[in-house]
Amino acid sequence: MDSILGRYRNLIVLAAILFAQIIALAIQVRRPAQDGEIRLIRIWAVGALTPFEKAVIHTQQWARNGWNGYLYLRGVRRENRQLHADIERMKLEQTRLSEDANMARRIQALLAFKEQYIDKTVAAQVIGTSGSEQSRLLYIDKGSNDGVRPDMAVITPTGIVGKIVQASPNSAQVLPINDQLSGVGAALKDSRLQGILKGAPNGTTTLQYIMSDEPVRPGEPVITSGGDRIFPKGLPVGTVASVEPGKDLFLNIRVIPSARLERLEEVLVVTKIEEKLPDTKDLGPIRASDILSQRLPGVPATPVAGASGTVSGTTGTAANSAAPRATPGAAVPSGTGKAQTSTSQTAVANPSATRSGASSATAIKPANPNATAPPKPSPNPAVKPGNATAPAGTSATPDSNATPATKPAVRNPPANAPLDETNPPPPPKTAETPPQ
Amino acid sequence: MTAPAMPFRESLTSREQAAAHQFNWLAILLVPLVAIFVQAFFTAQLSWLAVLDLPMMVVVFFAVARRNPVAGCITGAIVGLLQDALGGPAHLIGMYGITDTIVGYLASSLGLKIDVDHPGTRFLIIYGFFVIHQGVYYGVGRGLLRQPLSWSWSHVAVAALANAIVGLLVFRFLDRFRQR
Repeated sequence: MDSILGRYRNLIVLAAILFAQIIALAIQVRRPAQDGEIRLIRIWAVGALTPFEKAVIHTQQWARNGWNGYLYLRGVRRENRQLHADIERMKLEQTRLSEDANMARRIQALLAFKEQYIDKTVAAQVIGTSGSEQSRLLYIDKGSNDGVRPDMAVITPTGIVGKIVQASPNSAQVLPINDQLSGVGAALKDSRLQGILKGAPNGTTTLQYIMSDEPVRPGEPVITSGGDRIFPKGLPVGTVASVEPGKDLFLNIRVIPSARLERLEEVLVVTKIEEKLPDTKDLGPIRASDILSQRLPGVPATPVAGASGTVSGTTGTAANSAAPRATPGAAVPSGTGKAQTSTSQTAVANPSATRSGASSATAIKPANPNATAPPKPSPNPAVKPGNATAPAGTSATPDSNATPATKPAVRNPPANAPLDETNPPPPPKTAETPPQ
Repeated sequence: MTAPAMPFRESLTSREQAAAHQFNWLAILLVPLVAIFVQAFFTAQLSWLAVLDLPMMVVVFFAVARRNPVAGCITGAIVGLLQDALGGPAHLIGMYGITDTIVGYLASSLGLKIDVDHPGTRFLIIYGFFVIHQGVYYGVGRGLLRQPLSWSWSHVAVAALANAIVGLLVFRFLDRFRQR
């Protein structure tokens, strides 16, 4: 017996070690780790490694900062001048954009359109990876002691990175979007088509579940759709690199991530997302045109001269037809007097106000249901759509027999006229209906 | 009268060469840990370094140098389990453990039979064991655990080549820790 054991000692040891590990695998398959539960060996391994990684990273940073901040100052003056010029240019740009943003927020507030805001973030340093090709996990130097929890979004200013899968006291694991186990709700920014962004074993990312008959072009930006309840809506994800027909009537859309996943240093962990109405306290009084634009049916942004003049085609569908064509971020005419024009454009310019798969009219729904109802012929004098003559809340039923939309029946009031008790909306003026 | 020295004599496996090399226990303990640290740390800076498998190289080095299958198994198991511990929740603990155990055993068994100090032999050993390592990992993941792993011969061949080249340098460096 002893001779047999001695002769096959090596094989017996090998079999015993393998058997023990196979049993361990079976136990893990049978009893997977519950949410938030971390195997002890992982805590030990990560706990042992993290201090060294942090030490090396901080030493590296210290050396780099010393070099860049004190020694290597070549070209700093020129860069400083350039930055000053950029600041001046951006100030001008900001003045213009803030007006547009204020208008968008007022309209969101009018519609009680709740939006997700990134309320709190924690800056973290990438200190390591799992170190294998099979798993692309990243380790960051912030953990549960810093408020990091599983399923929190990890982003950079350029784009999303991934989500937290496990959090130890002083470090956390991040599952990047190019890992084969990752899945992110994403949408194409221009066409608003929604899909799921998935990673692949080779580290590429593909947008899946977009029907093959949809027009998708390379270079189109991809943003988060908010459907996964992890990433807030509208964050940059990447750009479409190539589009190929895939399996089962779906396109195979390869996406290049905006964040440099292969060389990450600092990231932000989104620790708090708040869903709230936009704050309009500092925006001043709400303009009559903003409210009326919601109460009244819209007309096309550029009415065609010589059109039949019926308003029926424009009722409630103006935004519908205009929305998909207009691109988000399109210039919004600030302080315009054409209420319906500003509405449709603002609705689309604000990405959060539009839903993929639905037209912008469903996102920006007029408060008055009559405004979206199909037009009914009415013997009454028509209220011209687009002119701010109807009082807020009145039923603005368009008349198919109305005067051509190209010829305004009444003048628009000043667009910046505030709507409050001291300045009530003017009484409705009606256009004379031409005899039929 | 002395016989002329044969130029090829050095490449032959003498009794002394075939004897197991001894290492300082500190080196045996620290070198695998440093390899795991370097692997985890530098792949965060340069993601393409994930192609390399330093812990596997260390397992192979100690296994072929010590020529003890039991020690090879244990070293492989410990290094593999540590690698597993750094994987995500979806990466089950034991996948690399099993793989490195088998690699450690085979490498030490091979070390008993052939000269493992020649650079050419080392190149082939690292190349071969990397392919075996990938194959066993794929087999465990796909066969035992039904995981959706993909296999690409071209990728494995290129990665094995990169590992073999880097492995030569690593082996050369680790030779310094030999005591005999």
